[in-house]
Amino acid sequence: MTPETILAVALALPIAGGLGIALAGRVPNLREGVTLSTAVLLFACVVQLLDPVMLGGRPELLLLEPLPGLPIAFRVEPLGLLFALIASGLWIVNSVYSIGYMRGNGEGHQTRFYVCFALSLASAIAIAFAANLLTLFLFYEVLTLITYPLVTHSGTDQARRGGRTYLAVLMGTSVLLLLPAVLGVWFVAGTTDFQSGGILPADMDQGAVMMLLALFLFGTAKAALMPFHRWLPAAMVAPTPVSALLHAVAVVKAGVFTVVKVVVYVFGLDTLAGASDWLIGIAGFTIVAASVVALNADNLKRRLAYSTVSQLSYVVLAAALLAPLSLIGAALHIAAHAFGKITLFFAAGAIYTAAHKTQVSQLDGIGQRMPWTMTAFAIGALSMIGLPPAVGFVSKWYIVSGAVAEAQWFALTVILLSTLLNAGYFLPIIYRAFLRPLSVEAAAHPHGEAPLPMVAALTVTAAGTLALFFFPDVPLALARQMMALP
Amino acid sequence: MSLATHLPALQVVLPLLSAPLAVLLRHGGVAFVLVTAGAWAAFATAIGLWLQVGQLEQGAFISYPIGSWAPPWGIEYRVDRLTSLVLLLVSGMAALVLTASRASVEREIPRESHYLFYAMFGLCLAGLLGITITADAFNVFVFLEISSLSSYVLIALGRDRRALAAAYRYLIMGTIGATFIVIGIGFLYLMTGTLNLADMAARIGAIESSRPVLAALAFLTVGISLKLALFPLHQWLPNAYTYAPSVVTAFLAATATKVSVYVLIRFYFSVFGESLVFDKLPLPQIMLWLSLFAMFAASFTAIFQDNLKRLFAYSSVGQMGYITLGLSFDSVNGLAASIVHLFNHGIAKGALFLLIGGLVLGIAKPGSAPPTPSFDRLAGLAKRMPLTCLGIVIAGLSLIGVPGTAGFISKWYLILAALESGQPWLVGAVLLSSLLAIAYLWRFVEVAYLRSPAPGHEAGTEAPHSLLIPAWLLVAGTIWFGLDTSLSLGSALEAAGSLVRSGR
Repeated sequence: MTPETILAVALALPIAGGLGIALAGRVPNLREGVTLSTAVLLFACVVQLLDPVMLGGRPELLLLEPLPGLPIAFRVEPLGLLFALIASGLWIVNSVYSIGYMRGNGEGHQTRFYVCFALSLASAIAIAFAANLLTLFLFYEVLTLITYPLVTHSGTDQARRGGRTYLAVLMGTSVLLLLPAVLGVWFVAGTTDFQSGGILPADMDQGAVMMLLALFLFGTAKAALMPFHRWLPAAMVAPTPVSALLHAVAVVKAGVFTVVKVVVYVFGLDTLAGASDWLIGIAGFTIVAASVVALNADNLKRRLAYSTVSQLSYVVLAAALLAPLSLIGAALHIAAHAFGKITLFFAAGAIYTAAHKTQVSQLDGIGQRMPWTMTAFAIGALSMIGLPPAVGFVSKWYIVSGAVAEAQWFALTVILLSTLLNAGYFLPIIYRAFLRPLSVEAAAHPHGEAPLPMVAALTVTAAGTLALFFFPDVPLALARQMMALP
Repeated sequence: MSLATHLPALQVVLPLLSAPLAVLLRHGGVAFVLVTAGAWAAFATAIGLWLQVGQLEQGAFISYPIGSWAPPWGIEYRVDRLTSLVLLLVSGMAALVLTASRASVEREIPRESHYLFYAMFGLCLAGLLGITITADAFNVFVFLEISSLSSYVLIALGRDRRALAAAYRYLIMGTIGATFIVIGIGFLYLMTGTLNLADMAARIGAIESSRPVLAALAFLTVGISLKLALFPLHQWLPNAYTYAPSVVTAFLAATATKVSVYVLIRFYFSVFGESLVFDKLPLPQIMLWLSLFAMFAASFTAIFQDNLKRLFAYSSVGQMGYITLGLSFDSVNGLAASIVHLFNHGIAKGALFLLIGGLVLGIAKPGSAPPTPSFDRLAGLAKRMPLTCLGIVIAGLSLIGVPGTAGFISKWYLILAALESGQPWLVGAVLLSSLLAIAYLWRFVEVAYLRSPAPGHEAGTEAPHSLLIPAWLLVAGTIWFGLDTSLSLGSALEAAGSLVRSGR
């Protein structure tokens, strides 16, 4: 198959999978079989694209042209490929986990759940491979809409309120800020195609550049830059597999992916020089403020959500530094955070399924009963803090190098401070789990590990978190390609 | 002369014939078949005309002298790109809505008046097509009255007794509008001595600042604005749409106001000319502000409606604001936005009101009067009527202007036109108002998908296929015209290009 065909297949597969899941809805085992095989096939497809892209190929696909000069088109470039690899690869693991979770907790509407999940992945892949801003915007909105039923899955009042916040923030910002930004680029540059070095005219007014950047950054609320971060904690009412793959990987990464892509391929580092300093401030503030909130959150998923808000701003901060090294760090951090955070959410879901616990304060001594889960949690936490031997260290290293190279001492301070804060809200959990004795009440309700598929899934992602530290070759090579470095 | 040359006449004559035949035969089922066949024949004719116009060069038109009396003495039918697009919309909507109508009409209209209902429907269709195709000012008025009078009857046929009051109100407002229009046309005839629109346009240039011409412009503007429900002349619309039988609402919402916009475009751009309308008078400013009021006030009111039909009726007033806003820019992109939104919104609203008709059918209890689709009865309905509810959501997304739907295309051009006109704050206004659409659509989503049904309202089955299939064709249309815009946007841009600043 030519790379172009593979691209087309990769885009169509999850949609076809969604259809298959809907048709197989009455036979749960068959339905889950369809999900798993779609995920595996999708990953295989995306992997096939790796070689051609490494060799400098950029497979393209033109779908339609709804507006003259503004086609819906796809083009595989290194950063998008990295995002697609992460999303599709983790979808396999997540599907295994979902089966355990959804059955273990006896959730309803499972067919709808798996269909929406497949379609979410379809939009994520389409975002990853979008060749221009219009295509990206189209699937960005589709992703918001298709994840809404997943967020409100339980149908309770709380879910409805969460769904409202989710939709209001994501749709509101994208319609009011992102759409004008896309239109502005089209109006100024006459194109919205992503190109190395950017597409904005070189003589564009500095103020206008700054304004456009602000529209993009705040418009992409999926990147959860404060003050538009509220949707992420609100989305935690969703079942944990959704929080794990979508609100730690696909959706939020679509946000920071958009940010990096816009910075590198729409503005270009040279155009932005001097216009992005304010962004370092906002991203830095988000990193620290979100960490402080996480520090005080007792609900485990809420703590993880705020940790995500903070970690996403690492990527934004790295992009705002405009140093090639920090941008490589940004791309790596998309991968690193994905593996680490999905492990943490998997662990949170496993704890909920096996022990029905949701609060940090209930976790005393749980490491004795769920050693696999809590070890995986510890590895994920290490990666969040940025300690070796977890992959978080590698990405942080690049970001810090970039900050030092650009002599951005404020950014450096923020990173160091947040490392301390990260340690401050993750280490106590590990301490509680392994070193505190079981509470009397917990001792009366014995339980073991969560169902096998869940434990297997979180073991795999934890292993991935470690493996990427020792072998970061693929993401690193892609990130270097993105910056056109050897 | 072959049949193909007579298509312009057939366009009106076929549905016009179906009406008296339906009355003569006095049988509901036969009337349904006759009028539906007439509508499909009209649709086929419109497609034929579309193909014929497509072979002409840009800006050219087909001229058809009725009874071979050469214009400007005889009545002329004239078909250009814009006419052809509106003909397609009106006849296509009629064909689909009529096909879907059977089940809903059975439920909502007394059996003995079925044949009258279909006869009126045929007349209304013929009237709307006639307004669109004719190039004769008095003929516009005649067809306007045909379509208006028949639509008063159609609305009054609703089972709810409030339908009578709504129809009466529409009758009064509509008659005032029609009177204004005929006065305006009278003045123009007085000053130019001709009724042919093109001839009128050629003669008006020399006297365009004279007082009667200005008065004519004022009368026509107000009269047509009443018919197209421009804020604040929209008061007849919400009740009329709410209490009319579902299929009537679907058809009128998709076509009647759109044809009025078409007439307005014709008079502004082809007869009076833009130098008079837009340069010498403050009409663009007035229209801009009225449109903004419509976009915000009507959409805001929509959010608080308890009856789904009424909610989308207010939404229609708001959406008409986008159309008139595009007009007020007096630019190619602005006019193109108006035209394409006229088309896109027609399809989306047609789909929505048809599906709401399906909802009403679904929740109706056997033997009792058709219920109102109020929110407390719609709770949890998505489970029992998944296709109907999903269709409403998708068509609703087009109202918001979500990318990938037809509404996005209109909004994109509207915003481009706002940027071009040097009023970037309007971009914010357009986008903010579309957030209001999210708010009212999501009221439905939350109720239908996330609430559980109230006690006593658990029943409900999917609407019959005869209704679902045409409705879903329209729903698919809202997606199709968001992705492949060669038909809608292509002709809108071409029409706008030949209308705006065409030498006058």
